[in-house]
Amino acid sequence: MRVIQVITYYGYQDGSGEYYIVVDAEKCNSCGECVKACPQDALKMESMFIDLEDKLVAAVTEEHRKKLRYTCSPCKPESGDVPCVQVCDQEALTCIWNPNNRK
Amino acid sequence: MAISAGVDMGTQRVKVVIMEDKQILSQTQNFLGFEPTKAAEQAFEEALQKAKLSREDIQHVTATGSGAGMVSFADSTVSMMGADARAGAYFFSSARTVIDVGAEEARAVRCDEKGVMLDFVVNARCAAGAGTFIEAMARALEVELEDMGSLSLKAERASPINASCVIFAESDVVSLIHREEPKTEIARAIFDAMAERVSSMVLRLGINPDIVLVGGVAKDVGFVASLKRRLGTEILIPEEPLFAGAVGAALIAARRAGRRQ
Amino acid sequence: MGNTEEKTEYWRWLEYHSVMPGRNWKNAEIITAGVDVGSVGSKAVIMADGEVYSWSVMRTGSNSSDSAKKALGWAMEDTGLTLEDFNYIVGTGYGRVNVPMANRAITEIACHAKGANYIWGPTVRTVLDVGGQDVKAIRCDETGKVVSFLMNDKCAAGTGRGMEVIADLLKIPIEDVGKVSLSVTEEPNPVSSTCVVFAKTEAVGLLRKGWSKEKVLAAYMRAMAIRMSELIEKVGCERDFVITGGQSKNIGIVHRVENILGVKRLPTPNLEQTGLDPIAAGAIGAALYAKALHEKSSKR
Repeated sequence: MRVIQVITYYGYQDGSGEYYIVVDAEKCNSCGECVKACPQDALKMESMFIDLEDKLVAAVTEEHRKKLRYTCSPCKPESGDVPCVQVCDQEALTCIWNPNNRK
Repeated sequence: MAISAGVDMGTQRVKVVIMEDKQILSQTQNFLGFEPTKAAEQAFEEALQKAKLSREDIQHVTATGSGAGMVSFADSTVSMMGADARAGAYFFSSARTVIDVGAEEARAVRCDEKGVMLDFVVNARCAAGAGTFIEAMARALEVELEDMGSLSLKAERASPINASCVIFAESDVVSLIHREEPKTEIARAIFDAMAERVSSMVLRLGINPDIVLVGGVAKDVGFVASLKRRLGTEILIPEEPLFAGAVGAALIAARRAGRRQ
Repeated sequence: MGNTEEKTEYWRWLEYHSVMPGRNWKNAEIITAGVDVGSVGSKAVIMADGEVYSWSVMRTGSNSSDSAKKALGWAMEDTGLTLEDFNYIVGTGYGRVNVPMANRAITEIACHAKGANYIWGPTVRTVLDVGGQDVKAIRCDETGKVVSFLMNDKCAAGTGRGMEVIADLLKIPIEDVGKVSLSVTEEPNPVSSTCVVFAKTEAVGLLRKGWSKEKVLAAYMRAMAIRMSELIEKVGCERDFVITGGQSKNIGIVHRVENILGVKRLPTPNLEQTGLDPIAAGAIGAALYAKALHEKSSKR
């Protein structure tokens, strides 16, 4: 049976750059460690409708999705792994951080 | 003893400052209009007249701002971050963080006691992070720009508003006004949203007092109140925050003039 | 408020409702509905045994549950249907939307992918959905299940609202902007800013420089198309590629996105013949999931 990934990009792109926390719902085992690890309380476990069932998967809260740049900034994503990514032993989380280069 | 000039070419206005011996001799500003290069030259001429000087008296001109390259008479340029840092230290010797909120861009700069820039965060090219947001909301609320601040201070709470984008906020305002939401609370929501953005930029650098606020938006009492609340610290504001960039550039120009002798 | 009245004319997207001719719900075993309340548009689709029976597309009002009721009511108009006739109703849409008569809500991405799969078939792999206040990039499999998803609702660039801004500025009816933008003889460079606010200021400057409306529109639209394409490229563009949502009807955007991605989208089916409206993809998917959920619960 083919393993289907359900990958969700939480965040946005605007004039200043692109910023996402990417969650792989297939890899996520609903352990909730990332939720605890986030210093901004930006993550939560959310019910996702997959194959007519509801699975509990990590997600960025709605409040933070549209200001992810400001939420994640204090964790300094450009200099290495951020806590949520580091703490996940399933490698279900990724952080994309690309501000436009400024002089 | 160098006489220098700093030109801050922003997105809406050009600001010119002439200094000698770390004293401001004159300062002028001009809206860019559709011929920014001309606007800069005119502002410079005006500043010279005010200071009773001629072009030859100016030993070095340094330009800064997003339009620095358009300043035809500049001898050198400096980054906005560098200019901000230098200006912050000039106005307040205790300055270690300088926040500059302009029309189209917002910056937070960490600096040392000499005004040398150590680290910075920039939010550019998104109207929701800068003064344009306040202007657009003032239009949507049919309120004068200069009244937005005092209006927001009267609010007890902030309206729920989609502040991630100026365009979405405008739509929200239209329907909120229809539902007779008080303008005071909408104004407060705007300033709170901007303050949140700016303060998280500062948090990224670490809160290093004293914090100085410059740029056109620094004169807005509503923004300052929201920012103070959000940061939880005092904020120092020079008397003429709009000219900070030009002052910083002029100070750097003086230094460069000295070196070239 | 005279000015606001004038503005509305240039903002209004078409509203419509329809019943498929020659179909009778009374013969159906399972009647379901999907109601998709977006931030700008509300769509309702009624299905009889998994086939589109009737549908409605209208502008969302200030209250989302009222909009949901109105949209479904409009789709039910002149059909003789009452709410009791429905076996299952699924609500979907923007944020924590409230569809009061729904049995449950399902996230809009799942519904969109399912709807796209239904409209175009099992070859669809990439969906660009452009709504009123968001842009979604969806990758799906042959069953219409979501494989990868990205939504940008933080920024107006590329959204229907962003298009309304330029239509309003140039005083061109929204349904004509696509056609007008393609009437340029040579495609200009895009405006340098993807921020709608700054792009609008640039547009004003270009008009002053003597640029024609078509050229300004083309430059603006190209910038918006670039933003949409960047989002699709993030999840990866795999054939077959389709466009849903309000902008699916904007040929100016469609043409430019195809050009940037180097992929042509599957053509839109004939609405009158098939009852398949790309704007209603979410509602279609919701109605299909309603059927599947009803069947699943009936098995117990």
